[in-house]
Amino acid sequence: MPLSQRNLLDLDEFGRDDIGLILDTGVSMAEILSRQIPRVPTLRGTTIANLFYEASTRTRVSFELAARSLGADVVNVTASGSSIEKGESLVDTLRTVQALGADMVVIRHRDAGAPYLAAATLDCPVINAGDGWHAHPSQALLDLYTVRTRLGRLEGIKLVIVGDILHSRVARSNIWGFARMGARIVLCGPPQLLPHEVTRFPGTDGLVTIEPNLDVAVEDADVVMALRIQQERMEGAHLPDLREYARLYSISEARLARANPDALVMHPGPMNQGVEISATIAYGNASVIEEQVTNGVAVRMAGIYLLAGGSAEAANGQ
Amino acid sequence: MLRGSVRLNRRQIMDAADMRRALTRIAHEIVEQNSGAERLVLIGMHTRGVPLARRVAAIIDEFEATTPPVGELDITLYRDDLGMQARPPAVSPTNIPFPIEAKNVVLFDDVLFTGRTVRAALDALIDFGRPRTIQLGVMIDRGHRELPIRADYVGKNLPTARNEDVELRVQEIDGADSVAVATLDRPYRED
Repeated sequence: MPLSQRNLLDLDEFGRDDIGLILDTGVSMAEILSRQIPRVPTLRGTTIANLFYEASTRTRVSFELAARSLGADVVNVTASGSSIEKGESLVDTLRTVQALGADMVVIRHRDAGAPYLAAATLDCPVINAGDGWHAHPSQALLDLYTVRTRLGRLEGIKLVIVGDILHSRVARSNIWGFARMGARIVLCGPPQLLPHEVTRFPGTDGLVTIEPNLDVAVEDADVVMALRIQQERMEGAHLPDLREYARLYSISEARLARANPDALVMHPGPMNQGVEISATIAYGNASVIEEQVTNGVAVRMAGIYLLAGGSAEAANGQ
Repeated sequence: MLRGSVRLNRRQIMDAADMRRALTRIAHEIVEQNSGAERLVLIGMHTRGVPLARRVAAIIDEFEATTPPVGELDITLYRDDLGMQARPPAVSPTNIPFPIEAKNVVLFDDVLFTGRTVRAALDALIDFGRPRTIQLGVMIDRGHRELPIRADYVGKNLPTARNEDVELRVQEIDGADSVAVATLDRPYRED
C-alpha cells in the first residue's frame, strides 16, 4: 500500500494509513542506521537537492544523512553563496535545480507556502523542511515516531505543547499529526501566543484544547513538548520578559512531577536552557530530546524512500 | 506479487508431507556439506524464506542437538528495479542479531527464478560483514535465470514456462503448506 501523496508538504493531507506507513518504514530504516555500514544502495543514481533559505543545522544535516544513507547524491543550496544572493527568484532557482537533474527537492523557506509553490512548479516530489510559521511535517513525523517507539501507542495519549504556539510550525504540524493518530493535545503558553484557530483544524474535533496554566495542563500528561522561544521571531513585543516567561512556562522538575510517572519530555531544538526548559530536565531520564534527533534521520529516510520512484507518469497512470 | 493477471488453471506440485521431506533432506545436506552445524547461520529472505529457514534450523536441532541462529533479511532496498515501479514497495524489517563474520551463511528463499532477488540479498549480506561462505537454499528452482546464480540446496527442480506462476504457501503465513503452478494469461514479471 503506497502513500496517497506525491509530496510531503504538511500532515493535513496525510491519512492515518499514510502516517502509519511512514512510521513503520522508519523502523526498518532505523535498523539500517544501526548497522556497521549504515547505508543501502536503494536510491543510487538519484539526486536530492536541499534548498535551505533559512538557517538550519539539525534539519539540513538530518535530511542530508537520510538521503546519503539511501545511496542518493545530495546537493545543498543555501541562501548565502548562491544566486539567491543575486536576487534570483524562488521559481527560477527551482527551475534551475530541476534542469540540473534533481529527482527530489527538500525546501526550507521563511515564507509560509513556499514549498507549495515549489510543488506546483516542479515535476519531482517536494518535501517541506519548514515554511514560515506554517508547517514542519518531518519534525512532526519524527516526534510521532519517537512517542510511538517509547510509549507503544499514539491513540488516546495526552500531549502537552508548551510555548509560543503562534509562531510555531512544529506545533501546527504536530497538531495535525497527533490528532490524526487519535492523541489528545493540550496547548499551553502565554495567551498572546495561543491562537484559538489551531484548536479548530478540520478533522481534529474535540482533540485539541487550550490551557494557559501549565500546572493544570501537565496533569496526567504522557508527553510534554517544550517549544523554543524564538527570539528571531519576536519582532513585536510578544514577550516583554524572558524571566517572567521561564517562571510561568519553563518545564521544571516540580511541574513534570504532576504528569504521568513515565511521561516523556521533548523539544524540537535548539534549546534555550533556563527559559523554556531546565537543564536538569533536558538531560534527565524523561528527556528523549537526543532520540528525537537520531530518529529524525530514520523517519526522513522513510519519507524520502516512500516519495521516490513516484514519477509523474506513474502517478498519472494510477 | 502479480497484478492484473488471470489464472487459467492451477495444479498442485507438492503437499505438506512433500515439503517436510524436502526440508529434512536439505537440513541433512547442509550439515553434511558444512561438516556439522558449527559456524552455521541461516538467513531467511522475506517473506516465505523466513519460515523455511526456521524449519530447517529446527530439523538440524533434532539430529545435531544444536540450533543454528536464524536471521531475517528484507532485500527491498537493494533491488535493481525500483525506478521501474510506480510506487516503492513496502519494506519489511531486517533482523540479523548475530555476527556473520567468518560464518557459513545459508540464505533461504522460497522460489529461485531470475536470480535478481538473490543478487540483491548477496549485496545486503555483505554489508553485514564478511562470511566465510554464502550458500543458497530454495524450495523450488523454476529456471529462467537472468544472472549467473545457482542454488546449493533445492527442494524440487520445477521446469516452468514464463507465463506460469509458482504459488508456494507456508503454514506460518498462509495457513497451509503447498506448492502449485498456475498458468497466467500473460508472461510473469517478477516484482
